[in-house]
Amino acid sequence: MNGNNSIKKMMIILSKATLENVYAAFVLANGARMEGIEAELFFTFFGLEAIHNEKLEHLHVATVGNPAMHIPTLLGGLPGMEAIATKMMKSEMEKIDMPDVREFLEILKASGVKLWACKLAMDMFHYKKEDMYPEVDGVLTVGGFYERGAGEGVHMLFI
Amino acid sequence: MEKTIAGKTVEVNEEGYLTDQSQWTREVAEAIAGEEGIDLTERHWAVISYLQDQHKQGVALSIRKIGKSGVIDIKEFYQLFPNGPLKISTKIAGIPKPASCI
Repeated sequence: MNGNNSIKKMMIILSKATLENVYAAFVLANGARMEGIEAELFFTFFGLEAIHNEKLEHLHVATVGNPAMHIPTLLGGLPGMEAIATKMMKSEMEKIDMPDVREFLEILKASGVKLWACKLAMDMFHYKKEDMYPEVDGVLTVGGFYERGAGEGVHMLFI
Repeated sequence: MEKTIAGKTVEVNEEGYLTDQSQWTREVAEAIAGEEGIDLTERHWAVISYLQDQHKQGVALSIRKIGKSGVIDIKEFYQLFPNGPLKISTKIAGIPKPASCI
């Protein structure tokens, strides 16, 4: 496990805030910590919504442009479709003991995951640090994020 | 396969988890913990008996459940069992490694 070629740290970049992508990033970060691997999350562009204090509880699954939903694109675009699909997905997730987004952030923080907001995206959306989930570790430039990813056994993942 | 631990021969799988929980003793737990670099304290024992109890009840263990256990919070769980708390604590408790991703 802790040999020379093992993964030491996962640097995960989340650029989207559709529920399925947010959960993918969170599960990968949490799963790393469960294996004794360090993990840091960098939220950029729409990914910022996952740590925006007023938006993080209102994320949706994408019903349009997502063939795996098996909903015809035209129907997927009807009003309310996203809400229905999201409600269904959330109820399935609760069944497999998957926490909601806020609770998941609490678990990640308690597990030692670092949460970083992308500076450029924060400026673009006119968000301030105070708008974000209180336990976000800070606002970082891309360079700052790369600096934190220095060293052997560090992997970067873009979602 | 067989493994001699704390002067006792026990059956373990390839990852070192006991395959027969009846072979578990406090001494075996202390020896496995020692291999993981952990000195067991009262807090560790509280977690171990919680895990064994949950396993007996057939509950699938996860980090989320640990956090809601009332026995320990997630932060302390990581402090007590660094480098993979759920897999290490279950190994010490003599129960199977949870197949959980959360």
